[in-house]
Amino acid sequence: MTTTPTHLETDKANRAMRLKFILVVAIMFAFGYLLVPFYERICKVIGLRDIDRADEVKAAQMDTTRTVRVELDANVNKLPLKFRSETPIVNIHPGELMNVVYEVENTSDRPMTGQAIPSYGPQIAGAYFRKLECFCFTKQSFGPREMRRMPVVFWVDPELPKEIVTVTLSYTFFEVEGNKTGSTM
Amino acid sequence: MQTPLTLSGDAERLGQPTGIRRWLTTTNHKDIGTLYLCFSFTMFIVGGLMALIIRAELFQPGLQFVHPELFNQLTTMHGLIMVFGAFMPAFVGFANWQIPMMIGAPDMAFPRLNNFSFWLLPPAAILLVGSLFAPGGATGAGWTLYPPLSVQMGPGMDVAIFAIHMLGVSSIIGSINIVTTILNMRAPGMTLMKMPLFVWTWLVTGYLLIVVMPVLAGAMTMLLTDRHFDTHFFNAAGGGDPVLFQHIFWFFGHPEVYILILPAFGIVSEIIPTFARKPLFGYRSMVFATCAIGIVACSVWAHHMFTAGMPVAGQLFFMYASLLVAVPTGVKVFNWVATMWEGSLTFETPMLFAVGFLFVFVVGGITGVILAVAPVDVQLQDTYYVVAHFHYVMVAGSLFGLFAGTYYWLPKWTGHMYDERLGRAHFWLSMIFFNLTFFVMHFLGLAGMPRRIPDYPLQFADFNMIASIGAFGFGLTQLLFLYTVMKCIRGGEKASARVWDGATGLEWTLPSPPPHHTFAAPPVIR
Repeated sequence: MTTTPTHLETDKANRAMRLKFILVVAIMFAFGYLLVPFYERICKVIGLRDIDRADEVKAAQMDTTRTVRVELDANVNKLPLKFRSETPIVNIHPGELMNVVYEVENTSDRPMTGQAIPSYGPQIAGAYFRKLECFCFTKQSFGPREMRRMPVVFWVDPELPKEIVTVTLSYTFFEVEGNKTGSTM
Repeated sequence: MQTPLTLSGDAERLGQPTGIRRWLTTTNHKDIGTLYLCFSFTMFIVGGLMALIIRAELFQPGLQFVHPELFNQLTTMHGLIMVFGAFMPAFVGFANWQIPMMIGAPDMAFPRLNNFSFWLLPPAAILLVGSLFAPGGATGAGWTLYPPLSVQMGPGMDVAIFAIHMLGVSSIIGSINIVTTILNMRAPGMTLMKMPLFVWTWLVTGYLLIVVMPVLAGAMTMLLTDRHFDTHFFNAAGGGDPVLFQHIFWFFGHPEVYILILPAFGIVSEIIPTFARKPLFGYRSMVFATCAIGIVACSVWAHHMFTAGMPVAGQLFFMYASLLVAVPTGVKVFNWVATMWEGSLTFETPMLFAVGFLFVFVVGGITGVILAVAPVDVQLQDTYYVVAHFHYVMVAGSLFGLFAGTYYWLPKWTGHMYDERLGRAHFWLSMIFFNLTFFVMHFLGLAGMPRRIPDYPLQFADFNMIASIGAFGFGLTQLLFLYTVMKCIRGGEKASARVWDGATGLEWTLPSPPPHHTFAAPPVIR
C-alpha cells in the first residue's frame, strides 16, 4: 500500500485535474460550433441540400393513361414582392415536359436580391419531380418596381406512385441580403 | 473516531458562522448537500404545481383555466424546471452528502467551488420562474427549445437562455468537483473496483456532464446570437437550418437522460443488496454496463428526430444504436433481480421504492425500446405515448430512485429513524397514483392524442380525466413525503451507526448523524 498523500499533494493533483477538465469543457464548447460546418458537409455529401441544381434529363415513356394535377403555389417571406404563377393549376401526364411561367414584381423602390426555395406536397412527390430549368436555381435580382416573368420547365417521373393524383409545387421567396453569397455561415 | 456532535455544536467549537451566514458561506460537503436537496425539493414542488395546472386544464375537453399560450409556457417551464431545477441538483445533493463518506474523503476536492456551484442555482431558478412575468410571458417553445419558435419568442426566451447558461455552469462546476473527488480523494486502498456502485455511476455521470453540457451551452449561445446578433445558424432564410439545432440539442439531450437515470441506478444498487442481505450480484458487470451506457449514450441522439427528415441509412444506424442501449440496461436489471434471488428480503420503505423503481423503470424501458424502432416511432412521435414513456423513466426511474435514497440515508443524515408507516404509505400512494396518471397516457398516445395541446377531441376525455385525478393524488402524496422528512429531522427514534443490519460501506462506520467533519484521517480499507 502506498503512503497517504499529504494535504498539499492532493491539492496540487486536484488543481491539475481541474485544469484538464476545464480544457475538456472548452473543447466541447468549440465542438458544438464545429457541428455546424460538419452538418453542412454531411448534408452536401448525402445530397439533402440539392435543391438548387437542375435534374438530369432521362428518357422516359410518357404515361398517357393517367393525369396528374400540378398546383403551382407562390409565397413571399416578408418581402415587398408580388409573386404568382400565371397558370395556378396544370394537368399533365407523367413523363410529359411542361413549361410554366411565374410572375414577379418588386413593389418597393429599392433593388433587392432574393432566392425562391421550392417545396412539395405530398412530401414524397418531391422525389419524382424533375426540374430542368428553374428560376430557383440562382439568386434573382430585381430593380426598383421591376416586373419579370420567369419560366420553370419540369416533368413528373412516371414512377410516381399511383395513389398520388395531385402534386403541389410551392415556392417561397426569401431575401438574400446585400451581395453576400448564399450562406452566411 | 470523533464523538458525535450536533451540527451547531460543531460550528461553535470551530468558530464558524451560525444561522443564515453559515449556509451562505459553507464549504462543508454535508451542508452543501443539504442545500442542494432542499433547493431541488422546492423546485420539484414548483414544477409539480405547473404540472397540476396542466392536468387541471386537461381534466375536460375545452379551455377552462389557462389560455393556450400560457399552457405552452407551463409545459415548457415544467420540463425545464424538473430537469434542470429538481432532478439534476437532487443527484448532486446526494453526491455531495454521500461520495466523500463512501470513499473515505474528508470533503469534496474543491469546497469553495462547491459553494459557488450551489449558489448559482437560486438566482437561475428565480430568473427561470420569473420569466413567466416577462412581457409576452415565458418561452413556450417546449423544453427542447426548437427554432424557429425559440428564435421568435419574446424576452422571456432570453431570460430562459440566461438561466440555462447559469444552470449549465453550475452543473459543469459540480461535475468537475465530483469527478476530481472520486479520482483523487479516495482513501488509500479504495481502488476503483472497490468503489460503491453509487460512486461509480456518478463518475460516469460526471464525465457525461462535462462532455455534453458545454454543447448545450453552445446551442444556447447560437440561439442567443440568432436572436440578437444577426447570425443565421438556425434561420433557413439566412442559409441556416432549424434541424441543425435539433442535432446539437439532442447531442446534449440524450446523454442528459442517462445523466438523470445513472445515479438512480447507483442508489438502487446500494439499496437492493442491503435489504436482500447479499452482496450485489455481478459487481464488475454492473460497472461495465454503467460505462457502456455512458458511451452508447453519445451516439443515439437522432432517434429523437426520426420524423425530422433523415436518410434511411441514418435512421437505421440510430435505430440499432438505440436498441443496443437495452443490452447494458438489461444487464443491470437482471443483476438486481439476481441480487434479490434467494436473499433474506425485507421490505422497508427504501427497498419498497427500489423494487417499485425496478417495476416502473422496466415498463418505461420497454416502451423506450418500442419507440426506438424507427417505423413505429414515425407513428408515435409527439404523442402521449412518448409522454408516458419518458415519465415512466423520469418519475419512476429518477424520482423513485431519489425517494429510495432519501429514506435509505435519511437516518444516517439526521440521526433519527423516519416513521416507517408514513414511508410505506408514501410509497404505496405514489405507486398507485403514478400509474393512474401515466399508464393511461400510453392508450391516449396510441389513439393519436398529440402532446403539448391544451384541448383535445371528445374521444380522449375519459383517459384524460383518469390521468388528471391520478396527477392530483400524486401531487398531494408528495406533501406526505415532506411531512415525513420534516418529522424525521425534528426527532424520532435514535438511529444506530449502521442503521440497516444488511448495510455495508464506509458511511455506515460513522455515527448517525455523522460529525460535521468526517474522515479527517483516512479510514483503513479492508
